[in-house]
Amino acid sequence: MPGPMKMRATLGQGFTDVRVLMTHPMETGQRKDSDGKLVPLHFIQNVTVKLNGRPVVEAQISQAVSRNPVFSFRLKGGAKGDKIEVSWLDNQGESNSTEAAVA
Amino acid sequence: MNCIRRALIAALVFGVVKPLAALAAWNKEAFGAKTAGDALKTLGIGSATPSTDLSIDAPQIAENGAVVPLEISSAIPGTTALTVIADKNPFPLIARFDFKEGALPFVKVNVKMGETSDVRVLAEAGGKHYVATKEVKVTIGGCGG
Repeated sequence: MPGPMKMRATLGQGFTDVRVLMTHPMETGQRKDSDGKLVPLHFIQNVTVKLNGRPVVEAQISQAVSRNPVFSFRLKGGAKGDKIEVSWLDNQGESNSTEAAVA
Repeated sequence: MNCIRRALIAALVFGVVKPLAALAAWNKEAFGAKTAGDALKTLGIGSATPSTDLSIDAPQIAENGAVVPLEISSAIPGTTALTVIADKNPFPLIARFDFKEGALPFVKVNVKMGETSDVRVLAEAGGKHYVATKEVKVTIGGCGG
């Protein structure tokens, strides 16, 4: 089960600030568990930010992004009520997405 | 008749499915590269011009390599992509961000670093590549256990 996400989108000076948190272990495949076994690679690969349904940021990321990733993005201009959607997809096929209106 | 219909359907399928596949693409070869040079080559980035319009905000000394805060942004007009590399990580390519119309070339994210290393940010603007470098000293690595 993919972990929950949290997002906040606020108007800044001439831009919209999007902060999003994803709950994800981001396992590097190099860490050993308490039994000394390697924990398999498990990490988010794709992150997409959409503004009113249109993709504006498309990110490809590696296992070197920290656990429970928090991203900040900035969008040009923006207005109260604009709909922001952020989604992710990991290497095991799990995915999640969240939506927020610009406040 | 049937043939035409089939060709039409094929055209439709390829036209629609291909962009979708591109959307979910993850550059396995570049992310699997063990050296920064190989990763950049795979991404089609050859020579890059050093630029002071590219900024990397990162701590000089990161106590914990598992959480190194990075803030990157580009003031180069027409920046369409930012690439983040930590030269000495086991897999140096950390992230690649593509910005479409409506987004500013700015990202803040925490990353893991195995050891003290240069962090390089490369920007793509108007078909040209620009680079900025900053060294981050890591006291405790963040890749193993």
